[in-house]
Amino acid sequence: MARISIENLRQSYYPNPQRDEDWALKRLSLDLADGGAFALLGPSGCGKTTLLNLISGLLKPTEGRILFNDHDVTEATPEQRNIAQVFQFPVIYDTMTVYDNLAFPLRNRGVGEKDVDKKVREIAAMLDLDRTLSKRASGLTADGKQKISLGRGLVRSDVNVIMFDEPLTVIDPHLKWVLRSKLKELHHRIRRTMIYVTHDQTEALTFADQVVVMKDGEIVQIGTPIELFERPKHTFVGHFIGSPGMNVLPCQVAGGRVTFAGNVVEAVNTKAYRGNGKKLELGVRPEFVHFAEKGIPVEIVKVADAGRFRIVETRNSEGKINLLVREGRDIPTQNVRVTFDPGHTQIYEDGWMVN
Amino acid sequence: MNKTVDNKGWFFVLPVVLLVAFNAIIPLMTVVNFSVQETFGDNVFTWAGVQWFQDVLHSDRFHSALGRQLLFTGIILAIEIPLGLAIALTMPRKGPWVSVCLVLMSLPLLIPWNVVGAMWNIMALPDIGLLGKFLNAIGFEYNYTRRPISAWFTIVLMDVWHWTSLVALLCYAGLVSIPDAYYQAARVDGARSWAVFRYIQLPKLRHVLTIAVLLRFMDSFMIYTEAVVLTGGGPGSATTFLSIDLVKTALGQFDLGPAAAMSIIYFLIVLVLSWLFYTLMMRNEET
Repeated sequence: MARISIENLRQSYYPNPQRDEDWALKRLSLDLADGGAFALLGPSGCGKTTLLNLISGLLKPTEGRILFNDHDVTEATPEQRNIAQVFQFPVIYDTMTVYDNLAFPLRNRGVGEKDVDKKVREIAAMLDLDRTLSKRASGLTADGKQKISLGRGLVRSDVNVIMFDEPLTVIDPHLKWVLRSKLKELHHRIRRTMIYVTHDQTEALTFADQVVVMKDGEIVQIGTPIELFERPKHTFVGHFIGSPGMNVLPCQVAGGRVTFAGNVVEAVNTKAYRGNGKKLELGVRPEFVHFAEKGIPVEIVKVADAGRFRIVETRNSEGKINLLVREGRDIPTQNVRVTFDPGHTQIYEDGWMVN
Repeated sequence: MNKTVDNKGWFFVLPVVLLVAFNAIIPLMTVVNFSVQETFGDNVFTWAGVQWFQDVLHSDRFHSALGRQLLFTGIILAIEIPLGLAIALTMPRKGPWVSVCLVLMSLPLLIPWNVVGAMWNIMALPDIGLLGKFLNAIGFEYNYTRRPISAWFTIVLMDVWHWTSLVALLCYAGLVSIPDAYYQAARVDGARSWAVFRYIQLPKLRHVLTIAVLLRFMDSFMIYTEAVVLTGGGPGSATTFLSIDLVKTALGQFDLGPAAAMSIIYFLIVLVLSWLFYTLMMRNEET
């Protein structure tokens, strides 16, 4: 078990990085509390797998330090760091049985057969693998194989952190849900630090207590799923998380009043604005936009049915506004006006939330 | 279940049937024809039944040629497969040396077989050849035209030089196709390099190794050109392998019947042994 601290970490895959784009990770610091469930979320190429491999020790950082419980492990190998990692594609030892696969990390470390047996059976029971223990691992389905990979990470009771690198990519959708709940359940049971890399917001938000959102080698926001939803610190987070993403609209601020398309709008952070930004934007999630008698006049472009609610796309001279309407509620046809929930409307200055 | 029978389909298969007939079936049938008859030329044939087969199977000459052949192939496989694998494991995976290695490794494979024989013939000459002279200079009594041990040593060395790179290249191709995640997982699991080899690399190389063993088995079992150029089957008949013996019977003595019977037996041995290798190496695949 360990608290993980990352200090000024930079990573480049080029031997001699010069420009900003040469860095896969641009100087980041991060503290991950012991026993937490974390997700690294971001689009492909944002550096999340790089960060994961740096923490696990499969990569050595170009600059910066990594500490496990205040102990510098920057130069340590994955084995010395005592971590476990589950990869995107199930990695199993083909010629071994499921049992031997699970026992492998323990046997490599010289654990006695009696303890190996006890531990393997315990983990197999946890993962519902007990009936296949004597089978050859290569004969299992993709999700069975991924469970073995997962099991190999769990058998060692002393690992500092278990890492998952998009582990559900090759799993069928209906089994994804099963494995995701299994993971969550396991975390509750063993309370070990877990880091989960994904580009899928559902996976990140359901698994993690704390989500680290990354973009272009930088951390954009760290927060609980609710914080990311209600107070995205950057328009990117607002856009990347949520379906559909946050509405980002141009606005003006003058004399403590925010105006959008000539209408005065209330925002949570109007008072914090000091008036030094270049690009000012208003962010409001579709969940917090409502049809109203008075408000901003818009015209409806299209309505899409998404099950329990409908996604309504509207437009006015300044931009496009999406809103969610619950099933059964009416959608006005004439003189359409919308309002923004003042508690969930934020001003962004050059992409970042004003505070 | 009613299957539609469409005889027109046969017309489309016909070209390939003809091709196979002309390059494989008809020549083989000719051999079968010769193997059960006796001829003295002038297209006069008399029925001989299984006489030639009996003769060949009971002949000491065939037995010793077969013995030499099995020994040779056994030695070749025992050296080339582990050596090729070892070379492949030490070859670089990336960087400028990869292409240098690949080109160097391919060179022996690009040389015509009779040239390979001639090269080693000259190189191993005890009085002027680089290898022969060197071996004699450091105290070995080396003469491949007079001493069977020397002849065997030279032929085995030549074959290893000629063909190990094929095994190495096949294994290398297999090794580079193993995804990085396997090695990373092994590091995380604390596996030592022996365990990585035993549980990751070797299982993943199984198909490639099967192909390598089959290719090297078939080729070495039918070795002819290089050996004829190098030793001509001598000294005595010390390096007379099956194909050399076959050619001597067929073209040297013009015993077409026994030669044809021997060809068929030879062909069947290669077939059965290849099947045996394949089944042994592929067993447990689907369990």
